Amino acid sequence: MPSAGRQVASRGSARGSLLGIEGVSTAEIAKLLQLARKMNPQRPRPLLRGKRVLLLFYEASTRTRVSFEIAAKALGATTTLVLSSGSSIEKGESLLDTAYTLRAVGADLMVVRHPNAGAPHLMAAHVDIPVINAGDGMHEHPTQALLDAYTILRHKRKLEGLQVAIIGDIYHSRVARSAIHLLSKFGAKVVLCGPQELLPELATTLAPGLRITRSCEDAVRGADVVMVLRVQRERLAGLKVNLQDYISRYQMTMTRLRLAKNDALLMHPGPIIRGLELTWDVADCPQSAIVEEVRNGVPVRMAVLARALGKAK
Amino acid sequence: MKQSSQSHSLLIHGGRVIDPAAKVDALMDVLVRDGQVAEVALPNKIRAGADEKLDARGLIVAPGFIDLHVHLREPGQGYKETIASGTAAAAAGGFTSVCCMPNTTPVLDSPEWVTWLRQPQRGAIVNVFPIAAATQAGKGAVLTDFRALQRTGAVAVSDDGKPILSETTMREAMRASAEINFPVVQHAEDTRLTQGCSMNESPTSFRLGLRGMTDLAEAAIVDRDVQLAQQFNGARLHVAHVSTAEALKAVRRGKHNRARVTCEVTPHHFTLTDADVRDYDTNFKMNPPLRSASDREAMLAALADGTVDAIATDHAPHAPHEKIIEFERAMFGITGLETALGLAITVLHLRQKISLARIVELFTAGPARVVDLRGRGTLMRGSHGDLTIFDPKKRWTFDASKSKSKSHNTPFDGWALTGKVVATVVGGRVVYRTG
Ligand SMILES: [Zn+2]
Repeated sequence: MPSAGRQVASRGSARGSLLGIEGVSTAEIAKLLQLARKMNPQRPRPLLRGKRVLLLFYEASTRTRVSFEIAAKALGATTTLVLSSGSSIEKGESLLDTAYTLRAVGADLMVVRHPNAGAPHLMAAHVDIPVINAGDGMHEHPTQALLDAYTILRHKRKLEGLQVAIIGDIYHSRVARSAIHLLSKFGAKVVLCGPQELLPELATTLAPGLRITRSCEDAVRGADVVMVLRVQRERLAGLKVNLQDYISRYQMTMTRLRLAKNDALLMHPGPIIRGLELTWDVADCPQSAIVEEVRNGVPVRMAVLARALGKAK
Repeated sequence: MKQSSQSHSLLIHGGRVIDPAAKVDALMDVLVRDGQVAEVALPNKIRAGADEKLDARGLIVAPGFIDLHVHLREPGQGYKETIASGTAAAAAGGFTSVCCMPNTTPVLDSPEWVTWLRQPQRGAIVNVFPIAAATQAGKGAVLTDFRALQRTGAVAVSDDGKPILSETTMREAMRASAEINFPVVQHAEDTRLTQGCSMNESPTSFRLGLRGMTDLAEAAIVDRDVQLAQQFNGARLHVAHVSTAEALKAVRRGKHNRARVTCEVTPHHFTLTDADVRDYDTNFKMNPPLRSASDREAMLAALADGTVDAIATDHAPHAPHEKIIEFERAMFGITGLETALGLAITVLHLRQKISLARIVELFTAGPARVVDLRGRGTLMRGSHGDLTIFDPKKRWTFDASKSKSKSHNTPFDGWALTGKVVATVVGGRVVYRTG
């Protein structure tokens, strides 16, 4: 019954937007990763000279914000940071009015982080410049998934066939959703692990072939990649999680990590809370790629920005 | 609506009269005189002359449609809808009577406001029957004066928008309902289970990163209320906008145990599912939310088998600044008056093969019984001269921008539908006619 063409174009009216991994093809992802390999923050390429990149952050962030900022500057763009506190947003300006205002002052691209799922989609549907999702609520964090894939591929030949364990608070995690989409698209075998409250059975419907286990040992055994997630206490919304119980069942310890393959990679999107989802020594162990992930964020975001503004060469 | 004191007669001839309450389904002519049905007879048998004639050949002539669940937004929220604009939309949708919900500003919880709402200055062009608040200021704690509200013209009480959550309060409401034979309309949602949720709990909610409402939040309240209704002989419970298979089971149990339980289903719940919530389009956000495909199947079965008493729109207009925002922050609700018939015929009749007579019943005799609208929902001689004349075969495309409602928050913009209202008659006067 719905006749085509009348639906609101909410897929992002502006070309170049990156709203989520779900809607991006493997070919496009591969192209982005290839482009990222050519990007070197130490050797700036002025591909975006004269472009204005607006970083609109409705939620606190350190690494993602700084990473985008450095990436944009390395490409020769100017960056302006707008935080929800201390701006007109605090006075009740709507998301779209803020977007229109920033467009009017000459933004060429907007990077947005927002506590509500779908906020970047709303902006992309109403402004004529690319919108990059830097994390929207519990939905997606596409550049994190890209940098994770980039990091994995520096250590593994391909994603296909890899056994990846994702452990922790998956329900509240936009990182998990983006990672699951990306890894599944490329044929990795993804195992999800966490307690019922943080990992509902529904999670298996996100992509084909997903498996859930409630045993950390089961998830880690034989894994090529172990991705540990933080318990997002700020999003628990009244949910009671017994942290002592969580630690005893799901904390990544060296003993558990040794169940994975010898060359397994230990990943974490940060910020890490030592002593909660992982132990001190796990965070700093030789297999840990936690610091490398942060470093890889810059070339990956350079690639995303360059592609968004049609300067991908 | 006050009927005109001037004498006036209208002859509707050549149409197929479907009047389920009178068990009529035949080619008949209808004469309405001085606001009342004067005669229903075989074609060309009515001898009396008429001031006005309406050619209904090829059309269905039905008792005027009744919508049990409309948010007219007055008093206080005229930027969303007014009684004038809302009833204009109702007329365009074929509704001759609407029951309006009390979650206004202020909440419609006093006889004074009920009287205000019914004054001719409000500009209603169809009959408006107020549903007053069940508790003071709709806060769910202290019951309103049901008897006084009933006396001033309220047809039921409800805290719609919210449930009557407290079991103690609901028990008192059922007791009061039984005493004066007055329906209590419940928005069944255990809000303790739905905090921060903006759609149904489903693969789609997980994928979109939206907190999901469990279907049990609805069923738990319906189940409790049905049991409470059974404790008081004569208590009347009407479950608004039932949306889950589990809640329907509780309604069936109540009906089976001879409790006076009735329920309604909205066109969006029998048409759409939670999988339709794509790309955070807030025109798919309402409460109760769109449910699973199996819940929708259960609604379709219950509409067909008689469990459901009425189709009601839950017409809930909202302004753009309340809807064109982040999904989780957007208000719940969609408009529905002008698409109800088209959806019923397209989905229920053409696809589900539910008879036109049953569909007409769900729009007329069914809702009339729920809130005791005497002399409405039928075309029996002496009934009010309210009629809905529609073309069940007419194909058309709904254009939200041309809606009579002040608000355009509908998921059905641009939908191709079959079945369209041709004329709406209230008290013998044509209040809407297709151009
Ligand atoms: Zn309601």
